Amino acid sequence: MVIKVLTGNYAVAEAVRLSNVDLITAYPITPQTTIVERLSEYVDLGVIKSRFVRVESEFSALAVAYGAALCNARVFTATSSHGLLYMHEMLWWVAGSRIPIVMAVVTRSIGPPWNIWNEHGDFMDQRDCGWLMAFAENNQEVLDTIIQLFRITEDERVYLPGMLGLDGFLLSHTSEPVDVPEEHIVKSFLKPRSQPYSMCGTELITLGNLPKAEDHMMMRYDIQVSMENAKKVIKEVDLEYSKLTGRSYGGLVECYRCSDSSYLVVGMGGWVGTMKDVCDELRDLGYKVGVLKIRFFRPFPEEDIIEVLRSIKGVLVFDRSISYGSLGHIHAEVLARSYRLGNRPVVKGIIAGLAGVNVGVKEFMNSIVGFVNEVEERGYVEKYSEWLLPG
Amino acid sequence: MRLLLRIQDLPKDKYLLPGHTACPGCPEALGLRYLGMALGKDIVLVVPASCSSILQGTMPGSSLAMRVVNVPFASAAAVASGIANIKELVGGNVVPVVWAGDGATADIGFAGLSGSAERNDDLIYICVDNEAYMNTGIQRSSLTPYGAWTTTTVKGKSEDKKELPLIMLLHKIPYVATASIAFPIDFISKLRKALNIRGFKYIHLHAPCPTGWRFDPSKTVEVARLAIESGAWILFEAEGGKVRLTPPSNTYLDKSRRKPLKEYLSIQGRFRSLRDEDVKVFEKIVDSTWELIIKFT
Amino acid sequence: MSKTYVLPISRPSIGVGGKTGYWRIKKPEVNHSKCIRCGMCWLYCPESVIDIIEGSDKYVVINYDYCKGCGICSEVCPTKAIVMVNE
Repeated sequence: MVIKVLTGNYAVAEAVRLSNVDLITAYPITPQTTIVERLSEYVDLGVIKSRFVRVESEFSALAVAYGAALCNARVFTATSSHGLLYMHEMLWWVAGSRIPIVMAVVTRSIGPPWNIWNEHGDFMDQRDCGWLMAFAENNQEVLDTIIQLFRITEDERVYLPGMLGLDGFLLSHTSEPVDVPEEHIVKSFLKPRSQPYSMCGTELITLGNLPKAEDHMMMRYDIQVSMENAKKVIKEVDLEYSKLTGRSYGGLVECYRCSDSSYLVVGMGGWVGTMKDVCDELRDLGYKVGVLKIRFFRPFPEEDIIEVLRSIKGVLVFDRSISYGSLGHIHAEVLARSYRLGNRPVVKGIIAGLAGVNVGVKEFMNSIVGFVNEVEERGYVEKYSEWLLPG
Repeated sequence: MRLLLRIQDLPKDKYLLPGHTACPGCPEALGLRYLGMALGKDIVLVVPASCSSILQGTMPGSSLAMRVVNVPFASAAAVASGIANIKELVGGNVVPVVWAGDGATADIGFAGLSGSAERNDDLIYICVDNEAYMNTGIQRSSLTPYGAWTTTTVKGKSEDKKELPLIMLLHKIPYVATASIAFPIDFISKLRKALNIRGFKYIHLHAPCPTGWRFDPSKTVEVARLAIESGAWILFEAEGGKVRLTPPSNTYLDKSRRKPLKEYLSIQGRFRSLRDEDVKVFEKIVDSTWELIIKFT
Repeated sequence: MSKTYVLPISRPSIGVGGKTGYWRIKKPEVNHSKCIRCGMCWLYCPESVIDIIEGSDKYVVINYDYCKGCGICSEVCPTKAIVMVNE
């Protein structure tokens, strides 16, 4: 057990170092740059035996990663915000090809205007294309989840690419103590790379020429089925990893003081840590509040959430992103699932922390207490979706 | 080393299978046959959106008897680059070859092309140039020549054809060549030569398209030949940046030995509206291209 | 889920476009008495439907199931041994 003081980005780099990656490629973009620099350094110094391809754009980064992955190589790339948007077309192509690739997304606001600070909009923008989507709360989880994603994506029940989100600057550039597992532990945990086919094998196959519409729809359905399977695989992997390292993240969601709570706060990312602190304070004040952390946004942990929501009076969902003209992404998902309950909780969504605006203990406190009081008093809320505006 | 090949020596294995869905007289189909003859089963063909994507036909079948990866439009060079960078690790014989049209090469995929060339990735990049976005219905590309009709240049294109082979020369890659479907053995020789060179190899294949250039499908080879005989298309190869005109283009350095440009232009419907002064402009462009190429010899 | 994935993968197949011979308006006919066995028709056929058989009387064999009748073979034949006739 080796504890290193690592920023989120360096935690990513350590995880990649441990995971026997064959090819790394990325285009620099703030706040992901230090991942690329550290990995490039590791490759040049021989710390990692991997090829490093210096590409001329993010679109090419994922394309190069895809090309190598097609030939049965384990690959890695990382990006943020505009870079992620630039590779959007490739994201669809990779998922549709059923080729496992792992990518880190250091979240950052999308312009204009130019903004390097944190927000989840870039991450959420990719939610439809068939990539597994996980988000970390702290740097330890960053390291552990990257390693787990190699295992999950390459499981034959899944065979889909996966991304890990981490908050730009909040995690990426902030140092925390991280237990770095030994190489032999990760080695035994990660099986040899597996994928449904290789373009560099002996079989003469063509990938991606025109389908019949019916066949293509079945391919799409198969991705959905694999996403469903992924839920089970994620939990299995979490369990196995916890046996090796002592750390479990609960699989798809983490329930913090949920079991005996009447009100839940739902969130994803670094600010869940703050939510947990606020939860403890509120508990001391007599509020029966718990925190439901979304660890995997895709596949969406429908069953887990419904189970938790069963005995809950009110759910307050915090989104660090907005789908303009509609609701926050997590709020919409939770709201839809709450429909399946007989006794439905009041579900309210708050949009906060966009463009890098800080949301601290005080803001969370006010929002949660306000919500609880309103539901206790009236049994419903005036505004089902609200923006926590600065100032 | 110039390889002397006879038609009878060329492999008879079919890499492009009968019953594919290209137009009758398609030059890309010809090019793919020659590619197969040159490099065989070791090819991993990276094909961005183009006529050659469609020519493969519908699933579960493919008309190409090789390993083929269809990829997003702008990504061909980069995907091939990924394969090139991993092929030693994978083992077996992997020859990454990009088969991209003029759209995917000179326009939407230009950045990727330049990036891969600058990295000197060990792959062969073939631009199969039918001088327009043919697959989407004959819209102009930056490689459409001056004066040509397309659906987006109905009065004839006002810009020159972008000098892509010269641009690739200035990337300082180990091998740049032009070829034509009219001279298959030349194309095959160039491909085999490229195979034995390490680094980024670029071959620009002239591919006259009957559907888009408006001529009878039986004339595909004749049009390709006329392009060279009139000097409009120049066959050369460059190893380490030094250009050498390859036959028969070396004979057409002497302008008096070229066939009249009008012969090449008048057989194609897309140049029907060209007046004499436009032909003169075309001729000037051809002359200036020759001048530029000579500077590199 | 069963292990039979629905993947966007195809395998080499003759006739992906069906029997493309139906596309024809004109058909190439070979007069073997004029054929000089140069192989140009085989070389320039975009459809891979021409085979040249060494040592055979009928040097040029055309697969009419898939020949689209483009006429290139007739054009490049130096002795006009191949002519295009109406179907």
